[in-house]
Amino acid sequence: MRRARTWLPGLLLVTPSIIAIGVFVYGLLGWNFQLAMTDKHSQVAEGEFVGLKNFVDIWDLPRWHLSVSHTILFTVVFVLGALLLGWLLAFLMEKGIRGEGTFRAIYLFPMAISFVATGIVWRWLMNSGTGERAVGLNRLFGYLGLPEWQWFRDQDWGMAAMALPAIWQMSGYVMALFLAGFRGVPEELREAARVDGCTEWGVYRHVVLPLLRPVLLSALIILGHISLKVFDLIVAVSGKQIITDVPAVFMWVAVFDSHDPAKGATIAAYIVVSVAIFVIPYLIWSVRKERTS
Amino acid sequence: MRRWLAAASIMMAGVLGLAACGGGGGGESSQQPAAGGGKQQVEVFSWWTGPGEADGLAEMRKIFEQQNSGYSFFDAAVAGGSGDKAKALLESKLQAGQPPDTFQGHAGAELQGYIKAGNLEDLTFLYDELKLKDVFPQQLVDQISVDGKIYSVPVNIHRSNVLWFNPGVLKEAGVAAAPKTIDEFIAALEKVKATGKIPLSIGSEWTVTHLLENVLLGSLGTDAYNALFKPGGNWAGPEVAKALESFNKIMSYAGDPQDDWQPAAKQVADGQAAFNIMGDWAYGYFHNPPEGGLGKTSKTDFDWAPAPGTEGTYLWLSDSFTLPKGAKHRDGAIAWLKVAAGKEGQDAFNPKKGSIPARTDADKSLYTDYLADALKDWSDNKLAGSVQHGVSVNQPWLAAITEAVGLYISSKDVKALQQGLADAATANAQ
Repeated sequence: MRRARTWLPGLLLVTPSIIAIGVFVYGLLGWNFQLAMTDKHSQVAEGEFVGLKNFVDIWDLPRWHLSVSHTILFTVVFVLGALLLGWLLAFLMEKGIRGEGTFRAIYLFPMAISFVATGIVWRWLMNSGTGERAVGLNRLFGYLGLPEWQWFRDQDWGMAAMALPAIWQMSGYVMALFLAGFRGVPEELREAARVDGCTEWGVYRHVVLPLLRPVLLSALIILGHISLKVFDLIVAVSGKQIITDVPAVFMWVAVFDSHDPAKGATIAAYIVVSVAIFVIPYLIWSVRKERTS
Repeated sequence: MRRWLAAASIMMAGVLGLAACGGGGGGESSQQPAAGGGKQQVEVFSWWTGPGEADGLAEMRKIFEQQNSGYSFFDAAVAGGSGDKAKALLESKLQAGQPPDTFQGHAGAELQGYIKAGNLEDLTFLYDELKLKDVFPQQLVDQISVDGKIYSVPVNIHRSNVLWFNPGVLKEAGVAAAPKTIDEFIAALEKVKATGKIPLSIGSEWTVTHLLENVLLGSLGTDAYNALFKPGGNWAGPEVAKALESFNKIMSYAGDPQDDWQPAAKQVADGQAAFNIMGDWAYGYFHNPPEGGLGKTSKTDFDWAPAPGTEGTYLWLSDSFTLPKGAKHRDGAIAWLKVAAGKEGQDAFNPKKGSIPARTDADKSLYTDYLADALKDWSDNKLAGSVQHGVSVNQPWLAAITEAVGLYISSKDVKALQQGLADAATANAQ
């Protein structure tokens, strides 16, 4: 009886959340996968089970190739950009400059804005007009004598431009993560290295950076999963245009314009799987690490 | 103590989480009309929130409330041009079995999905009661009938095939008059290009689909164009190939794509570009005073003509209202449809919206300048249904065409475009 008193209240309290998550997250996830494996290609179709046919067939669509390659380019530019910029900011702040708190707040603020608001502002900044018609960044570049660019309307590198607002928004967050990581490195370790005759760069390279690896991994996971399911930013900047198509936008079009539930569910399933590829190894790794420590 | 604190905080989080879910639902239900003052509320779902269109809706509402003292009007409009967001919300309402009492949709094939899913009531009884078949043009009635039944009441008519141009820029380029054929159009574009101005302004990807339907109509002619959307329409043939070659040529004169149709139209009004092919809603944008328009003078700052090769044809689209099955206030909805179909309602709505009434017995004195031209053409032109605006193709078909055009903009591959259009037709034609 005494034992039950220790765990029962806790269990009762979390039961509502477990049920809600079970139904609304895992239940609907399962339903989505089930729908993706049927031929329900219009609302009135019955939906017979067809196995993985939809998952294979989608690779025949030129648009799917386009949206996958867009996502890859976006992810690479966004993740690397945000990591580098965030790390650089943290590196500078770590030196203990005056007014650090203010700077930290300034760099973190963009995170408080929704991707939609960011997107609408950057749509104007990245307007593709040139010459007399230039506004936003192209206007600035024109003044400075730098080459003007098509930004997100560029055929090949448009998605790299699309990553700029995302980098702007998330690098402050990465900075906060790294800053916490830097602060977590015990001063004794650095001092010990210095006493052993290590240069300042050497301290960084061999003492601080290895200890930041868990932080780097967390940042990578967080940025990666945001990037793979990006939707709001793209829609706010360019709408549903093919030139900036990504799987989440394609899914929206498949469901609400093409009225093809099975196709939408298939794309949704691919998004979940791609995020899972990022997240599950991380979960396994962290569980293992908790066990060993 | 600690454990209890932790448990309490988890519960708080759980409750907040549920409250958040509930909050979403609550927001939804607060939009539902509540019965008040003994009057029945009629929920009218539209996407008319912009300048002009919202004013027109308000005028119709006045008439509705005057004529029907037992009902009050509940405006369930959702913002967003061409009803993008409204349609997504409508979808979820219909799937949940909670339709609005009446909703806006483009007349024609766009409604097919709703009809097939059994969401709409046949309105033939209303057409008979009000003798609507006598006041709407016969071709219009034919083009919106599905298996002899009609499911919507058109309120207004817009024209898609309008070539807007800047007379000053044309003069500078030595183009004497608006081009009448596709070949003349290409020659004119070439002349404008030599002056350094933008020959043809375009907006986001849907405006290119809009251009495509105009070039198809101009190149194929009205009957061949209409045949494309009938069973067995030949999208893979040499005629369409020729039209697409012209389209490709015309696209090579296009300026940098603008954010939407307004900035593209503005380039013409500002004298940066010579031509723009856009529907006649652009007239209101050019002509209306600032805040909602550019305040330009017609015939001097901007001018219009039928899109090249389409003179004598009205490439039309129409906003219409429907009667969903299971509407909570069916009688109220029918009362609304009667206002929407009536002469008084249409003459109140259309001058504000900048469109013409679908009825042929409208009061002509209310429509001036561009609208007078449009009204005249509507009464004697042949009719062809718009693609981009939901008359000729259903929603999945349009999505497939949009996709083919979007891919073409990236690749400039005309053969792939034709293949994409042909595949879209095979997969979706009825």
